[in-house]
Amino acid sequence: MEQHQAALKHLFKQEFTKMVAVISKLYGLQHIEIAEDIVTETFLLATETWGHKGIPLNPPAWLYTVAKQKTLQHFRRNKIYAEKVMPQLSLQQNESEEMAELNFSHQNIKDSQLQMLFAICTPAIASEAQIGLALRILCGFGIDEIAEAFLSNKETINKRLFRAKEKLRNEKIQLELPPESEIPRRLDNVLHIIYLLFSEGYYSKTQNEILRKDLCIEAMRLGLMLTEYAKTNLPKTNALIALMCFHASRFNARQTGQEAPILYEQQDVTLWDRSLIDQGIDFLNLSTQGNEITSYHLEARIAYWHSQKEDTHEKWENILQLYNQLLLINYSPIVALNRTYALYKANGRHAALIEAEKLKLANNHFYYLLLGELYKTIDNAKAKSNYERAKALAKTQTEKQGIQEEIDKLD
Amino acid sequence: MNKNQVNEFVFLFRQPALNLSPEGQRELQKKWMDWVGGIAAQGKLASNGIHLAAEGSVLKAGGVVTDGPFVEIREILGGFIVVKADTMDDAITLAHGCPGIDVGGSVEIRTAFA
Repeated sequence: MEQHQAALKHLFKQEFTKMVAVISKLYGLQHIEIAEDIVTETFLLATETWGHKGIPLNPPAWLYTVAKQKTLQHFRRNKIYAEKVMPQLSLQQNESEEMAELNFSHQNIKDSQLQMLFAICTPAIASEAQIGLALRILCGFGIDEIAEAFLSNKETINKRLFRAKEKLRNEKIQLELPPESEIPRRLDNVLHIIYLLFSEGYYSKTQNEILRKDLCIEAMRLGLMLTEYAKTNLPKTNALIALMCFHASRFNARQTGQEAPILYEQQDVTLWDRSLIDQGIDFLNLSTQGNEITSYHLEARIAYWHSQKEDTHEKWENILQLYNQLLLINYSPIVALNRTYALYKANGRHAALIEAEKLKLANNHFYYLLLGELYKTIDNAKAKSNYERAKALAKTQTEKQGIQEEIDKLD
Repeated sequence: MNKNQVNEFVFLFRQPALNLSPEGQRELQKKWMDWVGGIAAQGKLASNGIHLAAEGSVLKAGGVVTDGPFVEIREILGGFIVVKADTMDDAITLAHGCPGIDVGGSVEIRTAFA
């Protein structure tokens, strides 16, 4: 029974995004909330009906038929159809008298979803609301799941989504692909949102592991969607997918059932997903066409080297140079720290310590963790005092405990 | 001038023509990348600048064109980067450790105007 429920939930999630995209495509993005309501009502009816009569042979077809009826009823019932939608539609459709019908063909679903991806990832919406909206509309997540992923509550998420949709209306965002010449630029924003979705899943603070994995899988699905269309299947798209494949390959090895993920150094290599690593390598090869080197290219190559567990000098020298390049295009404190760790592995403790002291990332507990690690064997008293600072700044009890274990090892 | 304004300085790199083995070249290149990476890691790199090939031409008065490499010049301009620093002294501190200096080159540090 539970398995049955999970299968239904999965089906609804998949179909939600397709149906909302197709309905919004026909009636306009300004009616996206109506589209959501219609799809939700369709699912309610499906749950009821399938409860007595059993699941139909072709569940999506059943859903599409009901959604068509409900959509027509809705727009007929409301004057919106007669007054607003119909005139627009007739303009587009050579004043056809026929009421336009939803088209749930495979191609139209695909096209509508791709257009929805670009519409949601418009630069007009602030990125936090955008991720929420992407989770809802592009991935079919429930409000409760989104709230859990953000460690927030339903009310806040609803408000955020409402504002984001309002923005879509006010900015008159259309469900269409940008002109061909603008695709490479607009694609940057789409890739960025997919990257954030993936990171939300991979690094999220929520302890719900199924939810986190779902987030990562959905981000990868959206990335793959872009590869099916020649104009969005660019080297940087492939680089991002490669990056996600490499990270996702370690998903099972990171899970502990505990609060904190298992760190790279301690992971059981046999839990790494070899087939995802191989797929990552394929996408990485595809990403090398063309001249553009994006941060996704560099991060994917770093992730590739991390998928090689053997601790060779070659590996760390490559990682160091990739971080050097990454810093040139995309500085962040965490990249600076990772780069300094690679410097330690490639050039040695002393060289890294000199560079680490220059970073001066006060109030960043990872910085003091790194200093603690680097001072080990050089000056244990300094190693200890840095670990103590890291412990004081660490936010969770699990982290504090882990740092205390390092301190105890020094004595 | 706004007190919080970040000042930018240009590092101009000059280096004598070196006759290095491929291995030596690779080593020197690594040192350069690690050094610039170190400045970037401090969040102080404003621009990775432009790197110049050793060969080129010089146009002088009367339409006289001379070809490089410029063996008559002791140090060849190899490129520049732009860094962020509060003062000239801080900029000079950042320039320390430049791998070009170890092979007989120099870094000229100049304040950049916006």
